[in-house]
Amino acid sequence: MNFDRITEKLEILADAAKYDVSCSSSGAKRNNQNKGLGNSTGMGICHSYTEDGRCVSLLKILLTNHCIYDCAYCVTRKSNDIKRAAFTVQEVVDLTINFYRRNYIEGLFLSSGIFKDADFTMERLVLVAKKLRLEENFNGYIHLKSIPGASDELMKEAGLYADRLSINLELPTEKGLKLLAPDKNREDMIKPMNYVKNEIIVFKEEKKLFRNTPKFAPAGQSTQLIIGATQENDLEIIQTADSFYKNYQLKRVYYSGYVPIADDARLPSLQSKVPMVRENRLYQADWLMRFYGFKADEILDPNLPFLDLDVDPKLSWALRNQHIFPIDIQKADFEMILRVPGIGVKSAWKIIEARRFSHLNENHLKKLGVALNRAKYFISYGLHFGNLKFLNSSNLKQFILGNTKSKYQDQYNAQLALF
Amino acid sequence: MNILLYDHTFEGFLTAVFEAYEFKLKQVKIVKEALQTEQLFAKITKVFTQAPKAERVYQKLKTLIGDLGLHRMLYTFLSEDEDLETHLWAVVQYALNNSKRNIIQDFSHPSVLKLSQYEQMVHREKHRMEAFVRFRLTLDDIYYAEIEPDFNVLPVIAKHFKDRYQDQKWMIFDQKRTYGIYYDLHKVELVEMKFANHLNKQEGLEMLVKDEKLYQHLWQTYFKKTTIQARKNSRLHIQHVPKRYWKYLTEKFPV
Ligand code: SF4
Repeated sequence: MNFDRITEKLEILADAAKYDVSCSSSGAKRNNQNKGLGNSTGMGICHSYTEDGRCVSLLKILLTNHCIYDCAYCVTRKSNDIKRAAFTVQEVVDLTINFYRRNYIEGLFLSSGIFKDADFTMERLVLVAKKLRLEENFNGYIHLKSIPGASDELMKEAGLYADRLSINLELPTEKGLKLLAPDKNREDMIKPMNYVKNEIIVFKEEKKLFRNTPKFAPAGQSTQLIIGATQENDLEIIQTADSFYKNYQLKRVYYSGYVPIADDARLPSLQSKVPMVRENRLYQADWLMRFYGFKADEILDPNLPFLDLDVDPKLSWALRNQHIFPIDIQKADFEMILRVPGIGVKSAWKIIEARRFSHLNENHLKKLGVALNRAKYFISYGLHFGNLKFLNSSNLKQFILGNTKSKYQDQYNAQLALF
Repeated sequence: MNILLYDHTFEGFLTAVFEAYEFKLKQVKIVKEALQTEQLFAKITKVFTQAPKAERVYQKLKTLIGDLGLHRMLYTFLSEDEDLETHLWAVVQYALNNSKRNIIQDFSHPSVLKLSQYEQMVHREKHRMEAFVRFRLTLDDIYYAEIEPDFNVLPVIAKHFKDRYQDQKWMIFDQKRTYGIYYDLHKVELVEMKFANHLNKQEGLEMLVKDEKLYQHLWQTYFKKTTIQARKNSRLHIQHVPKRYWKYLTEKFPV
């Protein structure tokens, strides 16, 4: 191997891949077979953390940053004057194996610019996965980024070797896509996604009949949306996410605050800040939809299409719906307890368990992991109403914020100062 | 007071428990050998570790506090905390005095609570080490790593590495406790040796295969390039990767 050349390629192709935030390696169980190399425990290990505090779990690279398309938000776009490089299939295999054997990584996350056409590119991505599985007997994690417009046959093969497949929608609406990525169309992205969804359903059916049905993308599909490159409001973004969760049974939607990389009138200026607070709020909203039973249009309505930056969306919902509270912690349904700010899924279960044995009070709740500084304004214990006198006051938000400090406070202040 | 000295092993501790009951001793304190301080009015006895006695205590505890309880006791033991014997002994007595119910989740008892805290601490360190081990390929074809964990986690990380790396020989060496675990393609064994830290020094490098430095360099390159400078957040970074671990992290080596 010519290491100087490989180092240079790695510099270019890791740099170009870093904007993809979906680096999780969880959700797939794969045992080490036949005394081979590696396994996936389903938990995913962060082997290190970048200096921006993100988990390093996978070797995340592009196969090449040559691209025939010109998407405005992307560093790899055709019109961008940058160094180009391409790994060979074998080089990616060798890097993955050697990193894995040293316990640097959980596996590979391979994506690519589009050279020649969709299938030509996809074929090579699939070949990397195939070699890893069949020639190297590798059982670590593989995430392949599908190329929009790739054929069903290739998607099928991809699913046999990869743990997870993803296609990044990148722009939350078709309008945004037309503006910034005129060469792409949403159909091409949705078709492979739909195909994979159906294959996963078929796999689950067959598995019931034949125990040895080969695995198909056991960690499912995910996608990524770029936040703040176009004018979409948060309601449009979470509606898009919601519909993809429902229609394509995605495991995850990732939100990536736009990092300014191009001087282009269609895009935010190069000086603009990465919208990190907004990104965080969207993750919280996403969480509420997936685990707390909130609907997209409860979190936001057309009159309020942006998430509140200074409080999390659950608290924000509670503040808008003060008439529903207080809820009686001794009697309320699980679903309602979940909606109390400061109570998470785990503590909600524990409350249901514990209240069968005793009449709960503040002390109990504290021990069960409830953040009382928030929750206390919204609950009653069936007996007395200590903090509830604040509930109907119009400045409840100030009361609560006075009691808690957001970890994003600094950034939040900085963002506000811009307006 | 009766002070029982044991040999720093879990089996030794269980043997001491057995003898405390066997001889119906009152006011027992179980202490690691060579750690006892002068005590007036105390009777000091040295316990000789006996596997059958340890096994009987183990089986008894299993019926009382289950696998979860034993797991917690073992993790407590690996914490190497200076008070651990006091809490273990208190929990054992509490369990034996309440044989009708499993007391291991009864957190109103301070030592039961304490055990679950030890478990959490050690568990966290186990996870860290599964993540932070960095192998280097040596000339005798062994993937070799050094660690200096806060707690004695080698016994509990062995399984993870054995499941994962079945087709390569590897060794993980605990510098602080000067012993290691070695996998020879068939089984994992404990190894003790004065390996010192010679692989860290320059002259140790010739023990590594030629490509080793290059792969380390590639990993450092990758680590640098995957960071998004516009999002840099050092506080968060150090919170996830505390500085005391940097010494053995390839990506943190000076280039
Ligand atoms: S097709 Fe993909 S790699 Fe190419 S410019 Fe568009 S987003 Fe970038």
